[in-house]
Amino acid sequence: MSMLQTVLALLRRELTLAMRRRGDVLTVLFFFVIVASLFPLGVGPDAKLLRLMGGGVVWVAALLAAMLSLGRLFANDYADGTLEQLVLSPAPPVVWITGKILAHWLVSGVPLILMAPVLGVQYGLSSEALGVLVFSLLLGTPVLSLIGAVGAALTLGLRGGGVLVSLLVLPLYIPVLIFGAGAVDGAMAGLGAEAHLSLLGSILILAFLLTPWAVSAALRISIE
Amino acid sequence: MLEGKDLACVRGERTLFSHLNFILREGELLLVQGANGSGKTSLLRMVCGLLAPEFGDILWRGEKIGAVREGYHAEMAYFGHAPAVKEDLTAFENLDFACRLAGNPQGRDEVEGALGHLGLGHCLNLPAKSLSQGQRRRVALARMLLVKARLWILDEPLTALDQAALQLVQSLIGEHLQQGGMALLTTHQPVAIAGVEPRILKLTP
Amino acid sequence: MMNSLNLYKYASPATFYDLAGRMIPWFYAAAALLGVAGLYIGFFLAPTDFQQSEAYRIIFIHVPASWMSMFIYVVMAIWAAIGLAFNTRLSFMMASALAPTGAMLTFVALWTGALWGRPTWGAWWVWDARLTSELILFFLYVGFMALQAAIDDPRRADRAGALIALVGVVNVPIIYFSVRWWNTLHQGASVSVSKAPSMASIMLAGMLVMAIAVWMYAIAAALSRVRSIILERERNSQWVAQLLEGKA
Repeated sequence: MSMLQTVLALLRRELTLAMRRRGDVLTVLFFFVIVASLFPLGVGPDAKLLRLMGGGVVWVAALLAAMLSLGRLFANDYADGTLEQLVLSPAPPVVWITGKILAHWLVSGVPLILMAPVLGVQYGLSSEALGVLVFSLLLGTPVLSLIGAVGAALTLGLRGGGVLVSLLVLPLYIPVLIFGAGAVDGAMAGLGAEAHLSLLGSILILAFLLTPWAVSAALRISIE
Repeated sequence: MLEGKDLACVRGERTLFSHLNFILREGELLLVQGANGSGKTSLLRMVCGLLAPEFGDILWRGEKIGAVREGYHAEMAYFGHAPAVKEDLTAFENLDFACRLAGNPQGRDEVEGALGHLGLGHCLNLPAKSLSQGQRRRVALARMLLVKARLWILDEPLTALDQAALQLVQSLIGEHLQQGGMALLTTHQPVAIAGVEPRILKLTP
Repeated sequence: MMNSLNLYKYASPATFYDLAGRMIPWFYAAAALLGVAGLYIGFFLAPTDFQQSEAYRIIFIHVPASWMSMFIYVVMAIWAAIGLAFNTRLSFMMASALAPTGAMLTFVALWTGALWGRPTWGAWWVWDARLTSELILFFLYVGFMALQAAIDDPRRADRAGALIALVGVVNVPIIYFSVRWWNTLHQGASVSVSKAPSMASIMLAGMLVMAIAVWMYAIAAALSRVRSIILERERNSQWVAQLLEGKA
């Protein structure tokens, strides 16, 4: 019961902080929109081509946006000493780490999911594919926050940490990208998206079970 | 009882200290002294459990702190270099969260009382970014009062405080010890706490 | 008093430094001999492939390099796990010493893959499942090395690197599976390296000899790198000072 209370208190604090720093949330969201809007300018406005790449482009943009938002997962808490207090709290580390990742997803993952259909429409995705896009992001973006947390924890306080975290984390994001974008492609081609989505779901379960432990170990290493 | 046995600390390539032993009992104050870079902060972080000793063990009530981590951290409060005060939250929100995190939620009145004790009663609803460094450190000290820990680990609690606050903090430590608490602290200032003869731990390489 | 502590902690790197120094020449010699033998078999004894003509001979370098590049990552992760579990410095050093060799072999595999792809597929690069996985493996090596390079404190560098190696090794099968899935779905390149229907036994022999040569080379390279890491880490210790005096 007290563990749940810890997580709830943490969530409330994180969301309050995000509300008071709305700019940070919006920056990531607009980054997502801009990246997705650059592709048609790069490859030309051919509607058929765009329809073909739409799912992949939105997913790549989501990957990059998620990666960009990792900076505020632990870095601020590390700088002002709050992270030490979290580590020293009697609550099991895995509990509050899961809470922090959940808060990060609510603040930086969910806005991407809400914005994605608008971008999908820009690429002429069918309404069925739009639904699959949203659902695949719903399953996939938490994985991005979970895996990203390991990278964020390992690069805590390092010079050039932002670029470094992308080197560490992006290769690990590849399966999510493949199954997420594949689901949208499958829906566009009328092949169905169930297989992709269930694989994405199993990755989510696996990441949810494993990454908090890795993050806990990584934080101990970095805080020492 | 807190006990350090044969502790050694290596940072990078330097051995900061080795074969360090200490015992801290209820109602006692242990003053860690040493030059800059002698490993005072490292020792305190080690005692907290943030830093693994290169050698030796730290025992809480006779058991290694790693083995009784949850219970140990429930009874310990750490005041580090960074005050752990979020700029975007008010003093109340900061302390409220700290208490909940420590598994010891407190009402608004208690929080206001603790802040008032440290002369910050009027700052309850001010965002921490409008507070000075010294005031933020006092908010962090109010946290120590609120979480009701038995063992206080204080890293330079007396810096950036004015004369009145210095007296106040020392008397707070005194009260804590009288109630059977323990305190481990580093400071460069002279410490004078009524009725307490601090034990000195000198760090030499 | 300090001496006993130092001896306890540093004894094994010091003895290992010595042992490795004596072993390295043997491994290099074995690598050179086997390499020459393997290349001779591959380039002169093995028959010409009637489908791919002479170009196929690059697989005598490509296949051993890519085998070894994957294997080294696993070995690296094992050393990392041992280091994290038992807090042994030498294991961390082994893991960091293996990474550049692994990355280099990954690069060789990619490079030779491109050289082979040009005459065979008509393109330098094809998004074939194996090549793509190899490319991602290269990224994982680069990430490991970049992380260690960014951390000044050796203890933190060791542990952080070990953790990312472990996270990587857990992910490698998932990545490999997802890339194959992606590849079959998009039906890009369908030619696969293992397609050679009946590999002549002389070809297989050449490949195995080359694989062992790469093994020997990787061991020798990793050991000499461990030696430099040991020297760098322990430059202030007594035995290194004695070693340097002896040489001067």
